[in-house]
Amino acid sequence: MVGKLLLRGMLVGLVAGILAFAFARVYGEPQVDKAIAFEEQQAQAAGEAPEPEMVSRATQAGIGLATGVLVYGAALGGLFSLVFAYAYGRLGSLGPRGTSALLALLGFLAVIVVPSLKYPASPPSVGNPETIAYRTELFFIMIVISIAAMVAAVGLAQRLWSRLGAWNASIVAGLAFLVVFALVKAALPDINEVPENFSATVLWQFRVASLGIQLVLWTVVGLGFGAVVERVVAVRDQRGSARRYA
Amino acid sequence: MSDTTFAPTYGPVAIPVRELLPWAIFAGLMLMLMIYFVGAEEGATSLIRGTMVHEFVHDGRHLLGFPCH
Repeated sequence: MVGKLLLRGMLVGLVAGILAFAFARVYGEPQVDKAIAFEEQQAQAAGEAPEPEMVSRATQAGIGLATGVLVYGAALGGLFSLVFAYAYGRLGSLGPRGTSALLALLGFLAVIVVPSLKYPASPPSVGNPETIAYRTELFFIMIVISIAAMVAAVGLAQRLWSRLGAWNASIVAGLAFLVVFALVKAALPDINEVPENFSATVLWQFRVASLGIQLVLWTVVGLGFGAVVERVVAVRDQRGSARRYA
Repeated sequence: MSDTTFAPTYGPVAIPVRELLPWAIFAGLMLMLMIYFVGAEEGATSLIRGTMVHEFVHDGRHLLGFPCH
């Protein structure tokens, strides 16, 4: 069963990756190009020799970008299917489509939106190469904390479910999540390495594009996975209940 | 929660943890390795010498929100 879910998850993730790649080409690449142009201009003004191009820009923006986004999409779909395999049947009476959509929504918030409110995506030339280890560490710490807080919030909602009702239990759990986020956001160090003359417009559009790519990925996975596994899951549920009532 | 009813309808049946665990560990590890190669290899840490992986997935890394250079 888990194998079937995993395979379907990775395939849906691959499809999501293809769509996200198209989105990235249209909305993301122009911003990357502008950022690189800025970087080159700064280097020239400082009298530095231009960096040797190991991989051409065309490759980076074409097959390189496609590889990155597709591999990421397939991996995301696979991990999503594993989380689904655990959550299904453990989130009240939600069916496969509902479970998938809810997990994608909560996952998008916990893995993407909340961490990026603290450490947003940055285009080339934003970010000091010497702090890459430090920034990467903080970025992953933020994601881990955010996921842990979301898991705890879902657990809290379930515990309060019977006492407060679904609506109020979810509100209380959501507030608890927000409190944790506010504390962590205040506790972790800020990173601001945007060069002084860097275009605010390019930065904003780059970040919106980056969020858009993730939105495409998570929406396609969340809605697509539920649709694709509905039958497999229903067959298993039927067999399970037949055993139960035999 | 009472997910056991006596009505002859069927509801969601959870997958037992012991069936899920081997998949979660092995597949989970492989999948996270895939994300690592797209997101962080030859950045903060490096398993392969050089910067080719980094340069190749450069645009994806930036646009997917990972810290890069």
